[in-house]
Amino acid sequence: MICQFFILSSKGDHLIYKDFRGENSSDVVRVFYEKVTALPGDQPPVVMNHKDVYFVHVKQGGLFWVVTTNSASSPFTIIDFINKLCSLVKDYCGTLSERSVQLNFALIYELLDEVVDYGYIQTTSCDVLKNFIQTEAVSSRSFSLFDLSNVALFGAETQQSKVAPSSAATRPIHQREQSHTEIQRLCKFRVCVQGMLMKVDVEGEIRVKCYTPRCSEMRIGLNEEFSIGRSQLRGYGAGVRVDECSFHQNVKLDEFESNRILKLCPSQGEQTVMQYQLREELPCAAPFRLFPTVERDASGRLLMYLKLRCDLPPKILFVCLICPSLSQELSSPDQSAELKPQSRVVVWSIPKVNGGTQLSALFKVDVPGLCSSSLLEVAPVGLSFEVPKWTCSGLQVRFLRLSPVYSPAGERWVRYITHSDSYTIRI
Amino acid sequence: MPYLSGEDTVKELRRALSNPNVQSDPLRYRNTITKVIRAMSQGVDVSALFPEMVKACATVDIVQKKLVYVFLCSYASLNPDLSLLVINTLRKDCQDANPMVRSLALRNMTNLRLPGLVEYVEQPLSSGLRDRAACVRRVAVLGWAKLHNLQPETETDAAVVNELYSLLRDPDPIVMVNCLRALEEVLKEEGGVAINKAIAHHLLNRLKECDVWAQSDILRILERYCPQTEGELFDILSLLDSCLICVAPPVMAATLRLFLCLCSSLPAVCHSALERACGPLLTACGSSSREMRFSALAHIQVLLGAHYKRFFCGYAEPAFIKQRKMQVLVELVNDENVSMLLDELKGYCTDVNPETAQAAISAIGRIARSYSDKCLEILTGLLGLKQEHITSAVVQTLRDLVWACPQCSDIVCTTIEGCEQIIQDAQGRQALLWLLGAHGERVPSAPYALEGFIDGVRFEGSLCVKMELLSAALRLFLCRPAEMQDMLGRLLHYCIEEESDMCVRDHALLYYRLLHCGIEETRRFVQMRRSDPGLGVLIGRPQQSINSWAQSFNTMQPLCGATTTPDTSTRGSPEHTNFYPKTNLSKELRTCQVDSTPTEEDFFCLETLIQCSLIPVDSPYSLQAALQLVNIQTMAFTPTSAIPWKFYMYTHTQPECSTKTAHGTLILAELLYSNEAPDVDEKPRDEPALMGFLSILSTVLNTVALQCENSQQGKTQLS
Repeated sequence: MICQFFILSSKGDHLIYKDFRGENSSDVVRVFYEKVTALPGDQPPVVMNHKDVYFVHVKQGGLFWVVTTNSASSPFTIIDFINKLCSLVKDYCGTLSERSVQLNFALIYELLDEVVDYGYIQTTSCDVLKNFIQTEAVSSRSFSLFDLSNVALFGAETQQSKVAPSSAATRPIHQREQSHTEIQRLCKFRVCVQGMLMKVDVEGEIRVKCYTPRCSEMRIGLNEEFSIGRSQLRGYGAGVRVDECSFHQNVKLDEFESNRILKLCPSQGEQTVMQYQLREELPCAAPFRLFPTVERDASGRLLMYLKLRCDLPPKILFVCLICPSLSQELSSPDQSAELKPQSRVVVWSIPKVNGGTQLSALFKVDVPGLCSSSLLEVAPVGLSFEVPKWTCSGLQVRFLRLSPVYSPAGERWVRYITHSDSYTIRI
Repeated sequence: MPYLSGEDTVKELRRALSNPNVQSDPLRYRNTITKVIRAMSQGVDVSALFPEMVKACATVDIVQKKLVYVFLCSYASLNPDLSLLVINTLRKDCQDANPMVRSLALRNMTNLRLPGLVEYVEQPLSSGLRDRAACVRRVAVLGWAKLHNLQPETETDAAVVNELYSLLRDPDPIVMVNCLRALEEVLKEEGGVAINKAIAHHLLNRLKECDVWAQSDILRILERYCPQTEGELFDILSLLDSCLICVAPPVMAATLRLFLCLCSSLPAVCHSALERACGPLLTACGSSSREMRFSALAHIQVLLGAHYKRFFCGYAEPAFIKQRKMQVLVELVNDENVSMLLDELKGYCTDVNPETAQAAISAIGRIARSYSDKCLEILTGLLGLKQEHITSAVVQTLRDLVWACPQCSDIVCTTIEGCEQIIQDAQGRQALLWLLGAHGERVPSAPYALEGFIDGVRFEGSLCVKMELLSAALRLFLCRPAEMQDMLGRLLHYCIEEESDMCVRDHALLYYRLLHCGIEETRRFVQMRRSDPGLGVLIGRPQQSINSWAQSFNTMQPLCGATTTPDTSTRGSPEHTNFYPKTNLSKELRTCQVDSTPTEEDFFCLETLIQCSLIPVDSPYSLQAALQLVNIQTMAFTPTSAIPWKFYMYTHTQPECSTKTAHGTLILAELLYSNEAPDVDEKPRDEPALMGFLSILSTVLNTVALQCENSQQGKTQLS
């Protein structure tokens, strides 16, 4: 049960406040902000309580999305609801930011009114909501010349319109009429010094974003050699295997066994069709290998020589932990390295890495009171990266068909994204 | 836009709203109203515009209507008289041909929250229940719940309740679930909606039509249903099986909770349900939303050791998730994975965030209670880093470890030398001083370490450190008098002559007088226990049955409990209360509690008379040993000859056990062997725990008494 809902900016400005049950005073907003700011660090716990009021908050888009509730409510429901609401607001307003919320507050009030009544969640389905929501979204995107690139220039057909516009996902729902399937996965794994995999934890999902009206059935074809679990391997060659797999309730699986086709009647908006996990072993080679050397040089400085080899084209951010003051030599000019003294981290950021290349960096760090045990303090290297057009499980979407056939071909696309924020390499 | 103060804004807006030109142009009118709402959500008091907004309510533009209703519902309670004017418009809207307008009017009519308007609302609500459009019925059903809560003392019409029950058969699933929710509120006094076999089966059959939110609400309400036969129970369970492995965490958690409730008498079924739900729960632990991840981690109660790698922390994870994962990891330790786990935890000890590092170190300390060699090796290695916060946390962990397992003390004594240079914070120094005092005879450099502290006592800010320093110096003096005599003299002199704090001064005076009585007397007095193996049992997680936590599953409680730091029970010196002689202990403790929590209701006194054949006054140690078996710790007792003979003890319940309170319950008890007024302090109120305590205590007393051969009749008052 949801007693109140409010959105606060990170500075504590009230953006949206809605009291569903009239049981608590509006004072709770102030209480909540005081609680958040009183805590050290920028990571307040998800649930906080003040007398009988429980605050559950989710931080998205730099905003606090807060629900007050009572102790008997299910945290899963509340958190899931807030996340769902965030994605609804994002669907309707285009982006999630303080500015877009401020501009579209009327729309958000309307949305809240339809989604929740008297603290009970009524519906969060886009299909139902689109009949009720009347307010037009105000787009917060400022005019820019890049928008013109998709417009036919002087009447000539430009090639760019054939490419899936990356801005499509940030457009408000009313302006979109397309379907796109997005395979997105979270890839977490760690590697030991010798490059041996210690822990692999790949979590992937197929997420469908559908904004095509009158779409009665969608068919998604997966790799035919796709198999679940250890026992059932299909065919020879490079099979695609996952350990566990679960499907959305609306997915019909009658053709899944024979042809690996998922059938579903998509509702408007975003939904996760399939989730899968992969553990213990990785079907492909690790995308990055790091060859670190850490030693002390004669003048008592800490020398770190890092060589990074990659087989894929990712965007990468490189993190390593060590003490103050450094000099650096990097292998190419567009990289940058920065030392953050408070958190004692060297951040090596690389905008783009081409597959099959090798990068190196040498950091010399002056550490006050360096001794042999300080080498123990060098924490593991953490990589966070995003690789488009690649999935480490090898799962692919063979085709995506909508029936009745209606929308032109350019309006649906499939995206693969792999991203990781915890690819850890021990030194 | 020029900056306007609140009053100016209101004036400006009023002028615009009453401007006929604006009113005739729908777009401008709507924009002006939008401005009002914006001012409202920014915190400007725009209640003065109420009359203008009431006028704006009569329009055909639905967007404008919605905006005006947002305003009216916020300010209706301030203007009950003017709100009467709105009712007319709303009632007219309830007759509108457009179902959306009807539902909108009905919803806002009930959202005004004015008890005076109830009579006008009832009629449209009743007809709303029979409306053709589902969206109107949804609103009308919940409207009755709102109406009931406006006037909780008046009974809701039985006809309405019957109609709500019959609407459970409504073709629209949301209407059905709203009926459940409304009945739950309307019939709160009678214990909520009555679930009989027909309703339960009807709900179960229609579960598939509902969305995630409705499903979790239905599952929650079904907890009250008791299947009549075992066959029916298993039918229900197999029907719900697909929900148990559902992708959506809310449904999965609600189903699991329902399973645990239905099968509370069949532990085997519970266990297999937990095993089956383990997969989805672990998936939720790896969810992309960090809040969801945290919530799932807080609910993982039954774990399969094989999954321990799932709880290794990622570098970029927020501190609260890392700390929670470590708590889970500590409970997963077994012979096979201990080295892997320790290796991983070692990595976290050098985390950038000091709190995470401390949590990792104390996690290693807890594992050390069962695997001391490997852990001590790691902890010793961490001391070598000479980092301030790490050393402090390690010393505190070592102190707790020595207290719980005395066999580690030899290694610990060799490692703590030299730490006094590094530790800066009060808690760390307090822990170090305790270790030096308790095991000083085995630390060669202990007097020199203490000398540093004693020289700097003038600049010492922390009261606790001063107290600890006094006792450590005295204890060390008893075992190494030659090195300590001069230092102790200086310390006592400073504390008695110059110290401004009464507590420290009195303490020093006490020691000074005690030393006058002679060394033997002092030794007998400050003789202390250096370890407490019983504490290990108290702190460690007890094996709990499923029923003890099933009640709090899928509620806010596990998440809140997770935010408190573990091991707070041992943050002070372990044997604090045992050591300070206090003449009126219970009073002293009570003032302590009042300081921290000013409410009087946090504790609770009780007097009971226990009849038992004999109290073994002359053998307090046997009583102490017997009580320790049942986890009741002794704080102090009077000499055997004293009349009335008193015995102080305490125990605390684990937070997970007590369903009513989020914290554990601390029970302090005074046992009196005469006829004086006794009392028990308890915080907070927790009747079952107290009753359990009393019954255990009387059993122990009776058992001990039986063992004594003396058949003299004794009478005890217990508080």
